[in-house]
Amino acid sequence: MALFAIVRDPIDPRTLEGAVWSEACGGVAMFLGVVRDHAHDGRGVTGLSYEAHEAMALAEFAAIAGEAGERYPGLRLGIVHRVGDLRIGEIAVAVCAASAHRAQAFDGCRYAIDELKARAPIWKKERYADGTGDWVSN
Amino acid sequence: MLTVRVRAFARMRELLGESEFNMVVPDGATLVDCWEALRTRNNKVDSLASVTRIARNGRVAALLDERVADGDEIALLPPVGGG
Repeated sequence: MALFAIVRDPIDPRTLEGAVWSEACGGVAMFLGVVRDHAHDGRGVTGLSYEAHEAMALAEFAAIAGEAGERYPGLRLGIVHRVGDLRIGEIAVAVCAASAHRAQAFDGCRYAIDELKARAPIWKKERYADGTGDWVSN
Repeated sequence: MLTVRVRAFARMRELLGESEFNMVVPDGATLVDCWEALRTRNNKVDSLASVTRIARNGRVAALLDERVADGDEIALLPPVGGG
């Protein structure tokens, strides 16, 4: 699979891991962003709806990976974000970082998800138990 | 006259009631002029003016004095919430 993708179907982290890992990598760190059952204010959440400017988001993923590669030489990175309506427990985003050693893998993974949340043109609407919903920014 | 393709996302899409539409602006129009044309179309966009970024052909505009060209994509980007 592509290292950077916006998808509508469920994300398979092992497929992403397979795309990212190479024989030079002794450490793989994976972050999964998963739909949880409550909002920051404690309200019950029944699901999330995501949308993206796909072309811009993919360009941002590649830019983030480029920056991560400069910070952590040898890092291999993959980012997949899902759009559409997601239920509790489904994976919204997977970031996989692989490197020769664990420190770069952990740090590169953290860098990528933090930058994605701050920069990628992706939007999230929380759906509440009472039938209402609201857009949530990071 | 120029025709630009407007794309709106998330709260901005809901405000405008559509995700994509063509908008006609005068020759020589800048992104500021595009925003004014949007306000004329639907002044509800004012409520998001201070937080919306505008991207022309996939690149976020640092300044809104950029001129637009026929066929440009103008994307309206409210605060992001990925992850």
